[in-house]
Amino acid sequence: MTAGSAASPDPAVTAGPVAAAGSVAATGAVGPDPSPAVTGPDAGNGEVLLRAEHIKKYFPVRKGVLLQREIARVHAVDDVSFEIRAGETLGLVGESGCGKSTLARCIARLFPLTSGSVVFEGRDISRLTRRQLRPVRRDLQMVFQDPYASLNPRKRVGAVIADPMRIHRWGSREQIKRRVGELLELVGLSPEHVNRYPHEFSGGQRQRIGVARALALHPRLIIADEPVSALDVSIRAQVINLLDDLQDELSLTYIFIAHDLGVVRHVSDRIAVMYLGKIVEISPAEELYKRPIHPYTEALLSAVPIPDPDLSEQRAQIVLEGDVPSPIAPPSGCRFHTRCRYATEICAQAEPPLVAHGNDGHMAACHHPLNADRAAAVVPRS
Amino acid sequence: MTGEPLLDVRDLKVSFHTDDGTVRAVDGVSLSLSEGETLGIVGESGSGKSVTMMSVMRLINDPNARFEGEVLYKGRDLMKMDQAQIRGIRGAGIAMIFQDPMTSLNPVYRVGWQIEEQVREHENLSRQAAHARAVELLTAVGIPQAADRVNDYPHQFSGGMRQRVMIAMALSCNPDILIADEPTTALDVTIQAQILNLIRKLKDDFGTAVVLITHDMGVVADLADRIAVMYAGRIIEKGTRRDIFYDPQHPYTWGLLGSIARLDRPKPRRLAAIPGLPPSLLRLPEGCAFGARCAHRFARCDQRPELLDRVGDGHLDACHLDPGQKRELRETTIHPELIEEAT
Repeated sequence: MTAGSAASPDPAVTAGPVAAAGSVAATGAVGPDPSPAVTGPDAGNGEVLLRAEHIKKYFPVRKGVLLQREIARVHAVDDVSFEIRAGETLGLVGESGCGKSTLARCIARLFPLTSGSVVFEGRDISRLTRRQLRPVRRDLQMVFQDPYASLNPRKRVGAVIADPMRIHRWGSREQIKRRVGELLELVGLSPEHVNRYPHEFSGGQRQRIGVARALALHPRLIIADEPVSALDVSIRAQVINLLDDLQDELSLTYIFIAHDLGVVRHVSDRIAVMYLGKIVEISPAEELYKRPIHPYTEALLSAVPIPDPDLSEQRAQIVLEGDVPSPIAPPSGCRFHTRCRYATEICAQAEPPLVAHGNDGHMAACHHPLNADRAAAVVPRS
Repeated sequence: MTGEPLLDVRDLKVSFHTDDGTVRAVDGVSLSLSEGETLGIVGESGSGKSVTMMSVMRLINDPNARFEGEVLYKGRDLMKMDQAQIRGIRGAGIAMIFQDPMTSLNPVYRVGWQIEEQVREHENLSRQAAHARAVELLTAVGIPQAADRVNDYPHQFSGGMRQRVMIAMALSCNPDILIADEPTTALDVTIQAQILNLIRKLKDDFGTAVVLITHDMGVVADLADRIAVMYAGRIIEKGTRRDIFYDPQHPYTWGLLGSIARLDRPKPRRLAAIPGLPPSLLRLPEGCAFGARCAHRFARCDQRPELLDRVGDGHLDACHLDPGQKRELRETTIHPELIEEAT
């Protein structure tokens, strides 16, 4: 889509972006901008890089052939707000269909928003046109889940990685060539691989290529949508370690989407738990696992299989009954009340607001918060 | 464990002839399963775990495939049976469920019809009786309003519900053995917990022996009595659940356990990833297949290690190092917090 529009040179329009690209190229050659104060694992003390405000994304359900009537709406993302500071990793977890991928795509403006705004680097990007968005896309890149589907099988790896630079008119042919080599090395592949096709690589290697492509233009924010779920366990650990290293090296900020709570805990500084289009709990990473407030978080954590037979036998698992309700007609009040074991009358009537529990930014939306008492902060994990 | 095992796979070899050479997908696998037992088979993609069980069910029809070895089910060799005989075993004696419940169900038939078809294939039942059985089975696997839902099409079910339908279908003829090939990989954790609980309950209620194929060590920790770890077409470690989790002998098993981001332990600074990639099955190395990725490789690794009882209690592994040495190395290679002190 972007590639097509970029291919038609329109000097009057592209003059601005090209100039900007030039300056990026200049600083880019020196190295990434070292300004955000990122130190150690407790990153995220930098400035607010991105702020999502009341994002809503509804998809229409249509009926009819010629005169399509809208008969319902899928409430994929429903009033979600959060912010990310430069250098931190925000994990986004939830079951399939909870809207985490849609939210990511809204933030990257791959979808238009139904309402709400996305402020990135101090600028509202939610209403920008495609052309206005182009310079923004340099700073905000995505890594997708399926390393088989997200690389063009007919392009050589060199071309795949060089594409973003060509589209944004970054550097000369020589510079691009050199940068492709650098990027391949950066993600742990050999620069000699430039002339191979994607099918010649394994899943893990392909995901590395996807990461190299995302890094091509020195982005500040990378949205990784289930980047490791399609990979084997041993390869998964390699890619997670790679993403970790790159973050330290290049002061990247990540939004990391995954359904694997172990993986999310490992990579994230903060975690947001989504259920049916809403954030039900957001918390510093370790805190979420030690002191879950929302019953849904508690149930999610308890459903994760533990690779230790004794612990596994001892612990009391909370098994949620049934499936996630349809986002076309989400339940009234608290959306989780249909599956919640603590639900009472009020849960079906009033929607609980996302309120603070403690002063470390731990927030949850529940009428009957668990572990709310600070004194009982230690949850026995048995 | 008395007498003959229910299923006895002896030195199974499966290879595929391709333009590039011979792919040795399964290279001498021996397994046994007793009545009511649950065997976990763990490995990454391409390790041969699915091909092994597909071969047991004789589901590989590729003309380029070659099979060697014996698969004894109640003493009869499945590999020598003709199509009619094997059809009598499939479903009735050994049933199988697969990873993707959408592609395993026929989208154009109602789920009830699909269950009835299988019941009537094996038992002489009237259509009404088969229908009643279908409803009964769907209720047993926890599908609400089964009497209505039996007339729905697969697309009207969610992923977890479809897997329940598959399980209902697999159980329709009271098989002795249920082979579950990555039954929860396509499902969310909460639904995975439901399905695993269901499998556990069925195992307890019906005494069905289960072969659980998975790449997730967490899934077998909960459910399996014995575990076999596969790598590059061979079993590299086999033992009880406790052996594998608390006294793993093979460096690959250590790697598998180390690369999981676990919730039950403090967060390590880095995950202990296994470097490199599994070898190509077209060109397996002469020696240990894991050698190229192993941090503890030494001269003897150029000879292929046999699967032997080196510990001395029925716990088999295919690694030349001696157990004492391994226990020491294990502590230093894997993050100390990841593997508990072996007892």
